[in-house]
Amino acid sequence: LAMAAWNQDAFGSDNQANAMKALLGAEPTASADVTLKAPSIAENGAVVPVTVKTTAANVESISLFVEGNPTPLVAEFSVPAGTKAEVSTRIRMGKTSNITAVVKADGQLLSASQETKVTIGGCGG
Amino acid sequence: GMLPMQGFAAKKQPAELYEVPNFGNVRLLHITDCHAQLLPIYFREPNVNLGIGSALGKAPHLVGDKLLNHFGIQANSLEAHAFTCLNYQSAAGKYGKVGGFAHIKTLVNRLRQSYGQANTLLLDGGDTWQGSGTSYKTRGMDMVEATNDLGVDIMTGHWEFTYHQEEILKNIKAFNGEFLAQNVFITEDALFEGADEYIHDEDSGRVFKPYTIKEMGGARVAVIGQCFPRTKIANPARFIPDWTFDIYDENMQELVDEIRATENVGAVVVLSHNGMDVDLEMARRVSGIDVILGGHTHDGMPVPSIVKNNGGKTLVCNVGSNGKFVGVMDLDVRGGKVQDFRYRLLPVFSELLPADPQMATLIDNIRAPHMDWLSEELAVADELMFRRGNFNGTFDQVICDALCNVNDAQISLSPGFRWGTTVLKGQMVTMEHVLDQTCLTYPETYVREMKGEELKLILEDVADNLFNPDPYLQSGGDMVRVGGFDYVCDPNRPIGQRVSEMTLDNGTKIEASKTYKVSGWATVGSRSEGDDIWDVVATHLRDRKVASIDKLNTPKLKNVAGNPGIVDYS
Amino acid sequence: MAGIMKVKAKAKGEVTNVKLMAKHIMESGQRKDKKTGELIPAMFLQEISVQHGGKTVFTANLGTAVSKNPYLAFSFAGGAKGEELTLNWVENTGKTGSETAAIK
Ligand SMILES: [Mn+2]
Ligand SMILES: [Mn+2]
Repeated sequence: LAMAAWNQDAFGSDNQANAMKALLGAEPTASADVTLKAPSIAENGAVVPVTVKTTAANVESISLFVEGNPTPLVAEFSVPAGTKAEVSTRIRMGKTSNITAVVKADGQLLSASQETKVTIGGCGG
Repeated sequence: GMLPMQGFAAKKQPAELYEVPNFGNVRLLHITDCHAQLLPIYFREPNVNLGIGSALGKAPHLVGDKLLNHFGIQANSLEAHAFTCLNYQSAAGKYGKVGGFAHIKTLVNRLRQSYGQANTLLLDGGDTWQGSGTSYKTRGMDMVEATNDLGVDIMTGHWEFTYHQEEILKNIKAFNGEFLAQNVFITEDALFEGADEYIHDEDSGRVFKPYTIKEMGGARVAVIGQCFPRTKIANPARFIPDWTFDIYDENMQELVDEIRATENVGAVVVLSHNGMDVDLEMARRVSGIDVILGGHTHDGMPVPSIVKNNGGKTLVCNVGSNGKFVGVMDLDVRGGKVQDFRYRLLPVFSELLPADPQMATLIDNIRAPHMDWLSEELAVADELMFRRGNFNGTFDQVICDALCNVNDAQISLSPGFRWGTTVLKGQMVTMEHVLDQTCLTYPETYVREMKGEELKLILEDVADNLFNPDPYLQSGGDMVRVGGFDYVCDPNRPIGQRVSEMTLDNGTKIEASKTYKVSGWATVGSRSEGDDIWDVVATHLRDRKVASIDKLNTPKLKNVAGNPGIVDYS
Repeated sequence: MAGIMKVKAKAKGEVTNVKLMAKHIMESGQRKDKKTGELIPAMFLQEISVQHGGKTVFTANLGTAVSKNPYLAFSFAGGAKGEELTLNWVENTGKTGSETAAIK
């Protein structure tokens, strides 16, 4: 399985739906088979830890989107046979937004989303 | 400057107050959020602690007579004084000060001896190393010595993390008990820089030991530590660059399941610094925890909240702050499970409990080098000086007024901390009282230009940390205190829509695009350049000679009619 | 030339767990120079791939919203202590690199 080349149209798009279509050909369907782990409140919007995993079979790729970012597509990971369908990375978020992980498996597009809050900080008890 | 005592200790000795009948085979003693108050102090409970969404009208969001009615506490009693703000000035004059480590130690020793030392545990929920001039000067080590003398077995933390990483590790090494936290992890960067040499476990990335097992009364009891999950958001991240925090309730569930499967325990206890609303939510989401002993939100709740979940039920307790209370949870642990419990939250009235001589000497020794600084008399209090509550307290207003006056600003901002002791009307305000309200490790003040829209953004952001209906999106502090302007607040609205009609004290509306001169302190981002806040407040009080306020900048509230989390608010 | 890749790869049973961090600024192209006020041109890692025994086990196409010093963690079947991983990277400027790391 060869990795697709860096997709200029998808990475350059300022609209999440368009970026998804450019990268994956269509928009995904929410699925309980995809797990997205991200903090409910980010400690630092410049470094938000994210882990995606899935129980789906025959996974080809996992991609990450942040709806509120200037360019929503963050990264696309290929998952060759023999590699576990679980990846962790760290992403930038300018403001509170939904994070969406899309898994391409058996020709289907499955997704999970979560909102991560980016705050200027508070005080404390 | 002291008020004459009303002879309470001599006249009234409610001996039964501290007579706790033994029950079961495991006694957990719980203290939290003492904020380094080694000596007895006054501490007024809030008159505003609003519950929003599903928290409306439920513990801990009850104040004044609403709290008394909810828990069936007799009005005008010693308990009513301990748990509420009602008639605070006169009741405090009658019953005297609360807390103090020498008095807490006397009570703890009694509770351990009457039950059998070997079957008791003393758990400290954290916020122990910060909040006083001596903890600041000793970088928390005074409190390590005091908790060692008290015999704390297990602790977790929050403000502990406002020292530098290496200081925290050094203090933990000097602490005789165990420091536990399942929710603090090493950052990826630090792991690649060799941090794996000191962390508890490289595979999981946990910096600290997550849990411990204690054998008591023939049972095995697991205690899991849960630090304040928002430490790097609410406090400076720069002091602890290599560690990362969150709630991590999936990890908590995994840990509970693993402990239940492998450790042959009869009870699972979480020593938490989540804040009570987060604890209640965690108790709903995670199953298999018997008791959460919580802190951070400084709620002194006389009975546990019982939360039903998939695994049965979880008891959630919260024991106030500033050394005012000791929680006593007696458990009957038999046949591999908790059969029953008895709970008491004991207020520590220092006139009713003699000081432990050894602790008293230790405290004297800790304070001796700093007495000149601490004991300076600044101004007599012309009214009750307090902080605790969702919005400006009178002492906050003094701080805000000081920032405006001394730093020549139109507007001031002061964080909504929940620590800070109370000064009675007629009492002399000393430097030590100012430090009780302000002493943290990033005390520098700032003056800067801010646009009206930026000011609104700050207020909205902090209001969301307090009033978001999802507890996991709260941070556990109160609303930022303001000076020089008023506003209208509707806590039930979403972020961006809670704050309106921001108006300067002179009646002019604050405009989004106009620029204002703002002073504040305790910046979590980068270090500010101005004088330390306690010096600014001291200058203001020395000038004024009387500790009083001209106007309390509390917001006008919308849609809180009937909310039992508010009394005496105008 | 010293590499940019820091790698912790551990063989555990049938699986090798890989954590890697690439030392890189990941300049987004959206920041302004504080002095001149001009946009700082984008300079970011666009692709990182990992090979083991001649087989590609992981590839990442990265955008500018990946944090500074990109971090990736994944695992693959196979690999043994002492064997080598090859890491290839491509910057948006066209610059490339190839480095190796041992499995522990
Ligand atoms: Mn506290
Ligand atoms: Mn706290």
